[in-house]
Amino acid sequence: MKAFRSLTARAVVLDRPDVDTDQIVPKQFLKRIERTGYGEFLFYDWRRDPEFELNRPGSKGARILVTGPNFGCGSSREHAAWALSDYGFEVIIAPSFGDIFFSNAVQCGLVPVTLPADEVKALMTAVGEGGAVTVDLEAKTISDPAGRVVPFEMDAFVRHSLLNGLDPIAQTMGREVEIAAFEARFPSPVETTSL
Amino acid sequence: MPKTLFDRVWESHVVSEKAGGPALLYVDLHLIHEVTSAQAFDGLRLAGRGVRRSDLSIATMDHNVPTLPGRVTDPLARAQLDALRANCAEFGIPLYATGSGREGIVHVIGPELGLTQPGMTIVCGDSHTSTHGAFGALAFGVGTSEVEHVLATQCLPRPRPKTMRIRYSGELPFGVTPKDVILGTIGRIGIGGGVGYVLEYAGDAIGALSMEGRMTICNMSIEAGARAGMVAPDDTTFAYLESRPASPKGAAWEAALDRWRALRSDEDAAFDREVEIDVAELEPQVTWGTNPGMVAPIGGAVPDPSDYDDPDERAAIERALAYMGLEPNTLLRDVRIDRVFIGSCTNARIEDLREAAAVVEGQRVSSNVRAMVVPGSATVKRQAEDEGLDRVFEQAGFEWRNAGCSMCLGMNPDILAPGERCASTSNRNFEGRQGSGGRTHLVSPAMAAAAAIAGHFVDVRESVGART
Repeated sequence: MKAFRSLTARAVVLDRPDVDTDQIVPKQFLKRIERTGYGEFLFYDWRRDPEFELNRPGSKGARILVTGPNFGCGSSREHAAWALSDYGFEVIIAPSFGDIFFSNAVQCGLVPVTLPADEVKALMTAVGEGGAVTVDLEAKTISDPAGRVVPFEMDAFVRHSLLNGLDPIAQTMGREVEIAAFEARFPSPVETTSL
Repeated sequence: MPKTLFDRVWESHVVSEKAGGPALLYVDLHLIHEVTSAQAFDGLRLAGRGVRRSDLSIATMDHNVPTLPGRVTDPLARAQLDALRANCAEFGIPLYATGSGREGIVHVIGPELGLTQPGMTIVCGDSHTSTHGAFGALAFGVGTSEVEHVLATQCLPRPRPKTMRIRYSGELPFGVTPKDVILGTIGRIGIGGGVGYVLEYAGDAIGALSMEGRMTICNMSIEAGARAGMVAPDDTTFAYLESRPASPKGAAWEAALDRWRALRSDEDAAFDREVEIDVAELEPQVTWGTNPGMVAPIGGAVPDPSDYDDPDERAAIERALAYMGLEPNTLLRDVRIDRVFIGSCTNARIEDLREAAAVVEGQRVSSNVRAMVVPGSATVKRQAEDEGLDRVFEQAGFEWRNAGCSMCLGMNPDILAPGERCASTSNRNFEGRQGSGGRTHLVSPAMAAAAAIAGHFVDVRESVGART
């Protein structure tokens, strides 16, 4: 996973609540067995509308998405996070996220930043049609085109993982002694291989 | 200190914990299907890692499989199914493939095999893994990276969630089903209301439900934003589990009962949030919009955006009505439908099919409606056929299909055409969910069956009541 420290880039505003993973990447693209190449399917149905936010000239090259509450609600498809990353997004800013989407984003180094709803609205206004925003994960601040510097909170472990681009599986494998001890004390109640 | 049901299951699975960090949680059972696993197995191979506990993993084919007999013709779907078969063979994971007689929707077969047991931790690369919480298990959906994490380590680092208890009082009125209970609940707390929480469904009205009903409710926890929902196990749970293939036998069964009976929230346990709902006030529910929280009782109407002051809320309703092709203030019972889908991990168990068949018996599907029933598993299908339910449906003009996810998510040949309107017993009415441009209304199996016959939504209490 790529480490993330800070990014200054064009932002795009998608001012809708409850953007679900079926909109982010529709089901017909989940049959692929690769992990890459989902960017062209991002918001597939919505992008057929020429007025859709991502189709506007001001959003070309945007790497930060500013959006409404409960972004990424719905299914567990990590393809949603892959599609956003593959399209070029590195940061998503919203008042809240779907739980599973949030985990998936962190797993692939896509930075989910939570801000209070009124701060997100102010940021949307400041960004307008493609203003540049700085997201500084070390300082935990967002600087908007209006010159405001807004602090944000993030879980310390999540932030540490993103800042250092850690491989979470390697981290867990490093706790082998504890895992083996747990298995010895508490054997699982079922065995799938003996049915 | 008093504990909740969640506390008990969580704490008994913490492998290790460091202050300020997530807990490392042990996973007792890992369910696998074709759509979210291929990239995880590739990741293992790339990193030279193996599967730690193939004996705690099990796979099936459900999302992509056609529900008509014959081979898979979609080359992408076939490649994904072939990949699952090859991956399971390479890593020694048991696979219930199509035609094995034990295949079906992953959240139907786990309980039916007795693999889902009280007090376990269960994960799957599917958000409706919350279903298994009906047994007092802690069960939640994960993404593909976490599927890979569990394959490699049988563990997941997880921050401790908050807890919310939803206590249901009263008695379910005639014609009001568990699906109506959960849709009504989501309408009340909102589709983001459960974000960050594990829900516990409690109260006499939950205790009175069958396991199938509890599974329907837990299944849709994620539609309220909660990764997991749980019900404390009781005699209904134990009766369901007794003598299932993976259930403990003999002395082990007695020992398990002792353990399971302790899995409940203490009287004075504290929850981060409490909600009270009187089920006696509930009516059959119908969604009118593009998320499961956009729901109203069958006696109600499509909302009027101009009644809403909040501009974001108004805009969301306007968008939803435009997509759904509905005018404000239309009575729900005046909404005509083209398709009916009875199936999915929410409502394709034997009791759901019995509920629908009871409404359908001796009736005919409206000439303007195409209706299908898709059993949740090969086992459910056999059982329904033994009971003659297939003939009830077919004589009424329903199509009777093979097991699979089918039209719940349109990843297989069962999809809506653009503009088609469907009464569906599934769990999501998002835009395009059942097919690009398709319009989904979520309802109970009884309400779907009644709508199939009338050609539009009706109050199943009246349509059945009129005949009895």
